[in-house]
Amino acid sequence: MTAPRPYTLVAELTYRCALRCGYCSNPLDWAQRHDALATADWTRVLTEAEALGVMQVTLTGGEPLQRDDQEAIDAHGRPLDLYQTLITTGMPLTRDRLAALRDAGLDAVQLSVQDAEKTRSDRIAGTQSFAHKRDVAAWVRELGLPLTLNVVLHRANLDHVPEIVALAEAWGAERLELANTQYLGWALVNRGSLLPEREQIERARAEAAAARTRLKGRMEVLFVLPDYFTGRPKACMDGWARRFIVVGPNGTALPCHAAHILPLDWWNVREHPLDAIWRDNPGFNAYRGEHWMPEPCRSCDRRTLDFGGCRCQAFALTGDAGRTDPACALAPDHALVASATGGDARTEYRRGAPPPAPPAKGHWPLEPASADPDQVESPDRVKMRAKKPRSRFRQVGNGSRQRG
Amino acid sequence: MIAPESVVALASKVRLREDRITGRTMLLAPERGLELNASAAAILRALDGSRTVREIAAALAAAHDAPAERIETEAIALLSALAERALVKVAP
Repeated sequence: MTAPRPYTLVAELTYRCALRCGYCSNPLDWAQRHDALATADWTRVLTEAEALGVMQVTLTGGEPLQRDDQEAIDAHGRPLDLYQTLITTGMPLTRDRLAALRDAGLDAVQLSVQDAEKTRSDRIAGTQSFAHKRDVAAWVRELGLPLTLNVVLHRANLDHVPEIVALAEAWGAERLELANTQYLGWALVNRGSLLPEREQIERARAEAAAARTRLKGRMEVLFVLPDYFTGRPKACMDGWARRFIVVGPNGTALPCHAAHILPLDWWNVREHPLDAIWRDNPGFNAYRGEHWMPEPCRSCDRRTLDFGGCRCQAFALTGDAGRTDPACALAPDHALVASATGGDARTEYRRGAPPPAPPAKGHWPLEPASADPDQVESPDRVKMRAKKPRSRFRQVGNGSRQRG
Repeated sequence: MIAPESVVALASKVRLREDRITGRTMLLAPERGLELNASAAAILRALDGSRTVREIAAALAAAHDAPAERIETEAIALLSALAERALVKVAP
């Protein structure tokens, strides 16, 4: 099968993170997946990605700033003309380091916040972090970097959308991503507590729409619909192995950050060049295009819009990644989604022992990344609400990993 | 609102680059990439933060041997659409 060209590299530099959000999209066994890539491996991956056609790089994790070599990575991406976005919890980060990252080649910052005020936000994060995030937001603006605020929505914060919008305005964000939780990874573990009521979704959606209208031209307000409630699957990753390449901390390349759960053979960037992985890795080709589609996808008019939905969700819920995404109302397995309920009292924090610091093995620079005993906050990947293309130009490569 | 007398600049978050696969100009912003056609690319590359839309249209008309009115109309439509998404900003 002919591979399309990728637009975006998602670089998960480490799974370590100071936050412990119960909807983290990192693997349940994140602590066993050590940072195996040295700085020189990452810079080579950037070079190989750009040669394949990649123009956007998302630096994420975990908390990518847990490594101390992002300056070197950004400095490598700048002359490649890559648009480099940092997705961060803001911890750890100082104003000086942010300035150094900007000078090295960072183009934009997406900062997560868990709710509109300190007590609730810190409770969801499992870490005292809100006050520091407020400082980070101010530094981002002072240093002239564009700021997106990312908020993962779920039962405990969906009723606070107006307050979250007000916070984004107060912090000077240019974009606000309100992304409903996708139930994979830790979020699936915690689905019984995180899943909201339909009325919460409807109200939040209307509030976000009102904010979008009011703030037009000043702040972009995105509201990522939850596939559990729409009856329609998300266009996951804009289609399997179609626009995105994800590289994890241990060097495994994937079409989607959650695809490690699938029983497929995943190649490592330490052993294969990125173009060979993109073109020939059987895992990338397994669900690329339409050849794999069962009914009702195969004859469905929407197959070119949603690509059959999320392969990882199909696998997580049915045990078969080749089935129609159960989020689709037409799917034979839709009851698995439709019957799910939330409201359990307890959300488990992400847990796991911290992995050791990455090796520096003869690469330059020689300093290993910091070994802070911390962990991540990243929830699930969602498809950003894509706007209709205008006649003059078309939108490409749009998609975002939802961060909390 | 973009008028012929407006002075427009790309927002600081926006970068233009060539797509090495297609050779076309891409407008890049956070989690967004817009593929520009040749005329949109010429208009955006001409934004220098000092000339008005009308002056830019006149310059492009001279360079490409095309009617200035048509280019001005196209430029206003393009820049209005981008301003709505905060991808360009209008000088006060």
